[in-house]
Amino acid sequence: MTNSIEELEHADVILAIGTNTTENHPVIGAVVKRAVRQRNAKLIVIDPREIALTKYAALWLRQKPGTDVAVINGLMNVILSEGFEAKEYVAARTEGFEALKKVVEKYTPEYVETISGVPADQIRAAARMYATAHKSSIMYAMGITQHKTGTDNVKSLANLAMLCGKVGIESGGINPLRGQNNVQGACDMGCLPNVFTAYQQVANEDARTKFEKAWEVKLSPKPGLTIVEITNGAAKGDIRALWVMGENMMLSDPDLHHVEEALKKLDFLVVQDIFLTETGRYADVVLPVACFAEKDGTFTNTERRVQRIRKAVNAPGDAKTDWEIIAAVADKMKYPMNYAMAEAIWEEMRQVTPSYAGITYGRIETAGIQWPCPTTDHPGTRYLHKDRFTRGLGLFHAIEYIPPDELPDKEYPLCLTTGRVLYHYHTGTMTRRAKGTTERCPESLVEINPADAEKYAIHEGQMVRVTTRRGAVEAKATITPRSPEGTIFMNFHFHEVATNLLTNPVLDPVAKIPEYKVCAVRIEAA
Amino acid sequence: MEKKIPVTIDGRELQALPGQTILDVAKENGIYIPTLCYHPLTTLVGACRVCVVEVEGARNLVASCAMPVSPGMIVRTDTEKVLEARRMIVELIWASGDHNCLMCESNGMCELQDLIYQMKIEKPRFEIQSPGYPVETTNTMIMRDLNKCVLCGRCIRACNEVQVNEVLDFQERGSRMKVGPAFDSDYSDSSCVFCGECVEACPTGAIINTQGRFAGRPWEIEKVRTTCTYCGVGCQLDLNIHDGKVVKVTTNRDYGTPNGGSLCIKGRFANDFIDHPDRLKTPLVRDKNGDLQEATWDDAISLIAKKLASIKKKHGSDSIAGLASARCTNEENYLFQKFMRAVIGTNNVDHCARL
Ligand code: SF4
Ligand code: SF4
Ligand code: SF4
Repeated sequence: MTNSIEELEHADVILAIGTNTTENHPVIGAVVKRAVRQRNAKLIVIDPREIALTKYAALWLRQKPGTDVAVINGLMNVILSEGFEAKEYVAARTEGFEALKKVVEKYTPEYVETISGVPADQIRAAARMYATAHKSSIMYAMGITQHKTGTDNVKSLANLAMLCGKVGIESGGINPLRGQNNVQGACDMGCLPNVFTAYQQVANEDARTKFEKAWEVKLSPKPGLTIVEITNGAAKGDIRALWVMGENMMLSDPDLHHVEEALKKLDFLVVQDIFLTETGRYADVVLPVACFAEKDGTFTNTERRVQRIRKAVNAPGDAKTDWEIIAAVADKMKYPMNYAMAEAIWEEMRQVTPSYAGITYGRIETAGIQWPCPTTDHPGTRYLHKDRFTRGLGLFHAIEYIPPDELPDKEYPLCLTTGRVLYHYHTGTMTRRAKGTTERCPESLVEINPADAEKYAIHEGQMVRVTTRRGAVEAKATITPRSPEGTIFMNFHFHEVATNLLTNPVLDPVAKIPEYKVCAVRIEAA
Repeated sequence: MEKKIPVTIDGRELQALPGQTILDVAKENGIYIPTLCYHPLTTLVGACRVCVVEVEGARNLVASCAMPVSPGMIVRTDTEKVLEARRMIVELIWASGDHNCLMCESNGMCELQDLIYQMKIEKPRFEIQSPGYPVETTNTMIMRDLNKCVLCGRCIRACNEVQVNEVLDFQERGSRMKVGPAFDSDYSDSSCVFCGECVEACPTGAIINTQGRFAGRPWEIEKVRTTCTYCGVGCQLDLNIHDGKVVKVTTNRDYGTPNGGSLCIKGRFANDFIDHPDRLKTPLVRDKNGDLQEATWDDAISLIAKKLASIKKKHGSDSIAGLASARCTNEENYLFQKFMRAVIGTNNVDHCARL
């Protein structure tokens, strides 16, 4: 997030797009609802599904799945034609405006209506509301990123925010809500194929030299493979060994048949996890690890706040922490890693990580600190890009709308969109073993609009078969107007209903994120 | 500088800020006024009147939690009249419920119990008449025993104003007034999302966390502050430990942002996976028949080191890849990518941020 969670509560307008906040980030959901109910903030929801936030929204734009770029361009078209853009800000702090203007020109509200199904008047109203408020904040989540055009979607939101001068101000900004507790941290720590910690490029010689010195070893300048490329590489036989630390690819990756094939083909697979996961079943070695309550360390939350976790109980049996295991293997491979405790790793990390350099365990004992925090007397950073962007000027990207990869047709007449539900988390390894959450949500349901249910003669609670070009699964139907007509919704928490047997593995070319939010399906009574 | 307002409480001349209530000023200056319906994050209602004080010139006692200070106000918190009024209120509350502390989960952290103790009330002067409500045990997370409810309304305000879930309200007004979801339904049949804000707000044992029931008295429990393991909000919470086990989760408003004491169902109630019998306890290595068999750490680590080294030698560093985890700590992720890069010699390291 460019800004902080607590700042959201003081925004005048909150634009929530592609985020089912009350289910996926419930405590931020509460912040948004308080802003609306108690501080008269105006909420604009842009989402195909009738998520709970729509109840609090001043405006709800129900776009067809995958048409986000068109809608955002439509908003900018209105802003420009009505002269609401932040002219001084655009002139002083951005570049690429002319190109943007040119592309946006043809996205009139009427034209966008034909693409997205959102009435032109609603686009006008939303544009005015967002642009004319003083503090307008955008928040988004996987509904924006899990598309073939995910990067375009994100850039379009950045265009919108910069056009209105809403980046670099208190209670404004562009705020991606991170799904997993430490996604932010895993990225910051360099668990990406092209960067070391704090996004220092492996291809950059200075960065590499720095790490070579710190780690006393020669490093490869060649960016590595992303998760989906690794799977493809394994299937082709280029990747021979894979070490998986706490991921459950066999449920979370797109196109599970393909993942299975890839895992089977590996010469050697190591999986370390707290439970024997679907992925672990294919492993040559499975290692038991401590969970969050059984170890010390830090997580970085979605607003860049580094916070402590603390060991409260012992791990079961012989389970070890993930870092102890890594260090043990490194030792065996003649690269000694001697750390007495998690804090020792932290101390080493912050020497090579400028944005984390000023954060110590001592400083975050009672309250977390938000990076960038370059020195130990720096208070941390509540919101980014205050006076300048990281790259200097903010760059507009002129982006054309591209439809989703797979659209409904005769054979597969409906659209499938996937996501999470409040009561479960990711692949369900933890929440499905927790009593309360399982009691609230014991099984996977396919959400179907009443009109579609009638059309396909499906009634509440009936088992249905959902089929795509890649596979079929069966699950119980629930009939609800939450799903728009022509679109069904499924979650991916249940291994019995492996939704990712269905999803389209086509990737966003830049971010390499699969298009989980749109594919074409057929449903029938099972 | 905002203009200070002079007030006198119990003979002490104090400076207050505009907008502060008598209670705020008293608290700030270490003057004790008991409260019950007061919840710092929600609307001030002054309903229970446990916090009454005498204000010079006012005809009746005033509820200090809801009364803003005015210049020159003279307040007394400890007169006979005040003490008697409070005592009467507390005795009435006691008599109108089933406050059997012996079996109450809140024994030792109950605000009603504390008030009775402080006021040295041995027995209420009124006959005890419990309303005789059935105890709600239809879910495994939140138990409600409205016979212990003091009708303070804190749960209602917490649900509506803090979490804005808009589930709870006063039902059936009048002598049988009670709190709960619409149509007097159980939580599990209502729109309740089990955030547990009402559990945290309830001053008595009327709404409790079922998971911690019979799992240790408050004074036997050790609290360890940590960060929720689920979503990216990073809520701060206290794991409650008894006998080496996590028995439940509580929160503390003083931890401040990002969650200010609020949680969702996952952070508050979905931690029992920690001692689930399915937890992996020993390393497993696949044997000749293709079955996973228990192994020692030494064997498992040696095997991994040997295999990785030989594959690296035969097929090169880039034939090996690693997936780190958005679930692991920063320290572990740092070490993992360092391992892949420095020990294996590849940049094939990613995690599922994208998924
Ligand atoms: S658990 Fe949460 S949603 Fe349910 S009644 Fe209590 S405060 Fe309201
Ligand atoms: S249930 Fe608890 S919080 Fe709610 S009104 Fe009764 S005593 Fe107060
Ligand atoms: S308690 Fe809920 S909202 Fe808070 S971090 Fe955990 S999962 Fe997210």
